[in-house]
Amino acid sequence: MANQTNTGNPNVDLAYRRKKNAEEMKHQVISFILMIALTLVAFFAVGYDEFSHWFSVPFILLLAVVQVAFQLYYFMHMSHKGHELPALFLYGGVLVAFLTVWAFMTVVWW
Amino acid sequence: MSTLARKKGVGAVIWDYLTTVDHKKIAILYLIAGGFFFLIGGLEALFIRIQLAKPNNDFLVGGLYNQVLTMHGTTMIFLAAMPLVFAMMNAVVPIQIGARDVAFPFLNALGFWLFFFGGVFLNLSWFLGGAPDAGWTSYASLSLESPGHGIDFYVLGLQISGFGTLMGGINFLVTIINMRAPGMTYMRMPMFTWATFVTSALILFAFPPLTVGLIFMMMDRLFGGNFYNPAGGGNTIIWEHLFWIFGHPEVYILVLPAFGIFSEIFATFSKKRLFGYSSMVFATVLIGFLGFMVWAHHMFTVGMGPIANAIFAVATMAIAVPTGIKIFNWLFTMWGGNIRFTTPMLYAVAFIPSFVMGGVTGVMNAAAAADYQYHDSYFVVAHFHYVIVGGVVFALLAGAHYWWPKMFGKMLNETLGKITFWLFFIGFHLTFFIQHFLGLMGMPRRVFTYLPGQGLETGNLISTVGAFFMAAATIVLLVNVVITTAKGQKAEADAWGDGRTLEWAVASPPPEYNFAQTPLVRGLDALWIEKMEGKKGLTPAEPLGDIHMPNPSILPFIISLGLFIAAFGFMYHNEYSWGLFVGIGGLLITLGSMFLRSVIDDHGFHIHKEEVLEAEKGVKA
Repeated sequence: MANQTNTGNPNVDLAYRRKKNAEEMKHQVISFILMIALTLVAFFAVGYDEFSHWFSVPFILLLAVVQVAFQLYYFMHMSHKGHELPALFLYGGVLVAFLTVWAFMTVVWW
Repeated sequence: MSTLARKKGVGAVIWDYLTTVDHKKIAILYLIAGGFFFLIGGLEALFIRIQLAKPNNDFLVGGLYNQVLTMHGTTMIFLAAMPLVFAMMNAVVPIQIGARDVAFPFLNALGFWLFFFGGVFLNLSWFLGGAPDAGWTSYASLSLESPGHGIDFYVLGLQISGFGTLMGGINFLVTIINMRAPGMTYMRMPMFTWATFVTSALILFAFPPLTVGLIFMMMDRLFGGNFYNPAGGGNTIIWEHLFWIFGHPEVYILVLPAFGIFSEIFATFSKKRLFGYSSMVFATVLIGFLGFMVWAHHMFTVGMGPIANAIFAVATMAIAVPTGIKIFNWLFTMWGGNIRFTTPMLYAVAFIPSFVMGGVTGVMNAAAAADYQYHDSYFVVAHFHYVIVGGVVFALLAGAHYWWPKMFGKMLNETLGKITFWLFFIGFHLTFFIQHFLGLMGMPRRVFTYLPGQGLETGNLISTVGAFFMAAATIVLLVNVVITTAKGQKAEADAWGDGRTLEWAVASPPPEYNFAQTPLVRGLDALWIEKMEGKKGLTPAEPLGDIHMPNPSILPFIISLGLFIAAFGFMYHNEYSWGLFVGIGGLLITLGSMFLRSVIDDHGFHIHKEEVLEAEKGVKA
């Protein structure tokens, strides 16, 4: 795959690779903590009586979108080079699914 | 292991095909199985036409007619057209992109066997208490009430063969994205490869809704669910939406490869590069995308309201624009070309007016207000047969003639091929043209008879006569295949002499490894470029070396067999105590073989350089 810019030999560019891995690790830990935090916020939004469903349901959906983005970009490496086509297909699928659901919610059933 | 041809016993040949993971052999399997189901579906069509030949006929009455009608539609779409499209894709696409096989050869074999066992399962319903009888769309309000196991055969059979199709689609996506030869950029891919690519993307997004719909139906019928049952809080319209969210892309899944096949044929036999290549690519992608936006035009009369109907009507009409782009590009490809009217070219030329007629009635149906008149009449029957027979079946027959030498190494007889074409072409228009008017005169779809004195007799009789012309064409085609196999003329690598794409650079039939050296692609119509520069073969992109090949495996067959057994078990589990055990046993077979596939290391084998040299020498000599 094109995202593996280096050879398999572990002795090539050791310092560079260490730095890069450390940076990546930092990103992963940060996004992991954020994801846990977002999950807690979601629980809180449901548990807190002052919020009506009209607020908490869209709010949780928004949190879910952020979580999916973290998952894709930080844990599944979609930010790396060579992932353009998977991204195209993912967003294509999301667009088609969105338009379908949107059609149902606006013109077909209600 | 030698690649040289050897005489093998019948048993060895059968075992070879049961275990093969070679895309060329899988293509032949798809062609045989799809061709067999095409004959069954055709026979069912003949029975329908015999019943309708005269008023008050009693050849097939009531329930039996419903079964034949349902199985004709289901068989033709899922078990004939789909696998025949896959046969063409498997035979051609890996070679067109300069690859040695598809990305996942094992998965390719698994896809075929799943389709095959699903199809056999569906057709066994004839012998086990009656076939499905709620139409190929199997609307839930009808199918939930259908007694017996017919609908269960439909649900489980389509589920199994749908898995196979989904696998095939994903496989071709990965293959086309990752395995193109050096130099083959996206905008240098042959049009058929582009069509396969977009089709595979449609399969990827369209089959999951069908899977979900079928699972709901299975739950409702076999496990006490209420998804579609209004009495239990369900909604019967959900099936219609899920089915058509799948079903409309499905017709593009069929017709886009047909467009791809004709694009190849027009360019080859006009001796010109395809006119407006980039607009063809654009139109193909656009048709694929719009295909997901129009499903509700099948449901104008359901009562979605004027806003929904208007939006879906306009979206549907928009598809005529990219389709029109394609039609004009084909005409301009022929314009000023050095045209040779071979059998495939005859189909291609006949396709244009036939398909345009289907397209025009499509736009008529898309006008929602007018559709209230056409809906459920023979007008609709005429429309979709014009696009599916005039588009897809013409393309499959053309593609079969065009690539037959590449698949089997022998040229089909051209005289017999042309007889087949004329019989089929005349029969097709004779059968379906008159049905437009039968529909406009008020003859409803799916009825098993009609009364005399309503002006429907002559039209139906003409239609039936036409069906027999198409049957005669099929018989001539079969005779042609037998004669060709017995004593056909041996085909050269560039079998038609004017080949433009990579598949015409390798021997007919191609060696197991396709290319001794991966070719370097220097532009659109890679072989044509080399020929124009006076070269005999392709420019290689790598030195000659050992070639890594996958090992054959019986596991795809066993995995599919397990699901086939499981389907029987679960279908009968409400009546017989053994049902549940058989069902679980079948699943264990499937999961066990998947486990074996995971734990057994299979590194494949190498064809050594010396063997490749020897094989290539044999071809050249």
